[in-house]
Amino acid sequence: MTRVAARTAALISLALITLAFLGPFVWVLVASVQPEANLSAKPTFEFSFKNFAAVLNWETVYHPIINSIVISGGTAILTVVVSGLAAYPLSRYKLRFKRHFMLTLLFTTGLPVTAIMVPVYSMFFRFNLYGSVPATVLFLAASALPFAIWMMKNFMDGVPVSLEEAAWVDGAGWVQSLTRVVVPLMAPGVAVVTIFVFVGQWGNFFVPFVLLDTPEKQPAAVTIYTFFSQYGQVAYGELAAFSIIYTAPAVVLYVAVNKYLAGSFSFAGSVKG
Amino acid sequence: MTVTTVTPPRLAGSPEQGEPRRRLRGTLRWLVPLGPALVLLVIFMAGPILWSVYIAFTNETLTGAASVNSHFVGFANFVKLFGDEDFINSFLLTFIFVIGSAVIGQNTLGLVIALIQRGRGRVLRGVVNGVVIAAWVVPEVVAAACWYSFLAEEGTLNELLGSLGLSQDWLFSAPMLAIILANIWRGTAFSMLVYSAALSDVPSDLLEAAAVDGASGWRRLVHITLPLIRRSILSNLMLITLQTLAAFGLIYALTGGGPGTASQTTPLYMYEQAFRYFEIGYGSAMALVMLVIGAVFSLVYLRLIKVDA
Repeated sequence: MTRVAARTAALISLALITLAFLGPFVWVLVASVQPEANLSAKPTFEFSFKNFAAVLNWETVYHPIINSIVISGGTAILTVVVSGLAAYPLSRYKLRFKRHFMLTLLFTTGLPVTAIMVPVYSMFFRFNLYGSVPATVLFLAASALPFAIWMMKNFMDGVPVSLEEAAWVDGAGWVQSLTRVVVPLMAPGVAVVTIFVFVGQWGNFFVPFVLLDTPEKQPAAVTIYTFFSQYGQVAYGELAAFSIIYTAPAVVLYVAVNKYLAGSFSFAGSVKG
Repeated sequence: MTVTTVTPPRLAGSPEQGEPRRRLRGTLRWLVPLGPALVLLVIFMAGPILWSVYIAFTNETLTGAASVNSHFVGFANFVKLFGDEDFINSFLLTFIFVIGSAVIGQNTLGLVIALIQRGRGRVLRGVVNGVVIAAWVVPEVVAAACWYSFLAEEGTLNELLGSLGLSQDWLFSAPMLAIILANIWRGTAFSMLVYSAALSDVPSDLLEAAAVDGASGWRRLVHITLPLIRRSILSNLMLITLQTLAAFGLIYALTGGGPGTASQTTPLYMYEQAFRYFEIGYGSAMALVMLVIGAVFSLVYLRLIKVDA
């Protein structure tokens, strides 16, 4: 094969892959602005925001989205505070059990959370926590912690200890040292962990689906599912519009941290360690 | 990480400490900040795992007599499990799903995209990356809605195939293919990003030297590039297997495990037993099997990567 032919073949295959990946998106984008949308993506010259207007009400969009914000936001804040505290001794002190602890955390990130849901549900039922939003947030935070502690520790390792020494000379304890010196210096890292946890929970369907009992407590992930699992009476254009409203924050936040996440992929493949 | 020796912050004017008190303070120094994390992890992660070990050996249910008074039943749940045709069916489907969508689909496609993207212009890479990553960022329920509309009887695919006379309800005639394709679509970005990172570490002079010696593109790939990134390939395979093994939302929203049990993978069967029939003990036995499989893959992953902790 000549160079030109190889180059053309590569470009054609990239074009085909891109088109194939675009395919399933077309319907959501097209149907959301079609007043009489059905299940297939048929571009027409009708264009309106009627579908958006139809779903933008308290029950359909606002309430579930607020629930999503409360659950994902609560989980993100709790996870960041707890993992930030935990990362401090792991980053700063010489501890005998440190390596084992970090490896255990990494091991935990691999365990399927789906499988834990049966015992979690059973525990929640026994201790009367079934349907409790705060308890659900605590569980979500615990499930996000292993990876969050890893990220936090890596970011904290990047803050030189010498900068803290000045604070110690002034008599600051570890709390002041952490909150006044370390955290401000690793603010981008804190933001990345916050957004990472938030986006992860924003899309989480299974955990709230299992642990929360009434539709009033459910986040948008579950509401959308309910919306479109009632086959036959689905307003497809509205489903598409709701999907876009629900997806937008995840996309925007991903774009915001995209640059910082790049490093974690060479970590996942860990050629450099 | 570099090892940092730290002068611990001292309390001003603290008197000479006795040995036990010094040790206590040394322990508190790490225990206090680590405490909240340890409490959460023990209650909500270790707790449920140990709890599942316990209830998997009981006849725990949420309805009927056993809900008030569950008792120890030994290995009964596991004996039932391995004689349960629906479980074995779900296990085989999970195997097909993992091999088809993760090991073959996401892994190969991710590697291919990363390979042919190398050395292309920024704009082109931006567009391809953007579209592939978009499919990954979309929440799984929305991904399921996208694929539902694509494959349904009145969906986009049939609209495109309309004139060829191939239209059918794909979710009904080929449910496994549907969930495998949907999961490839959703997960390829991860493999692509892992391989892009790995490929950027392959020294280009090595490839150039081989090209000068007359090695074809294919031979350079097989004899230089792939051996150099083999650790990334293996750890990527472990990670995507772990993610795919536990997939629930995408399958549940797309096919619901059906028609019948034609696409009911183990997480969906577990869900049905535990949350629809409230067979908590039986569901936990299944959960335990999944946890053990997950743990094995997770351990292999830990052995593969070089962690600096």
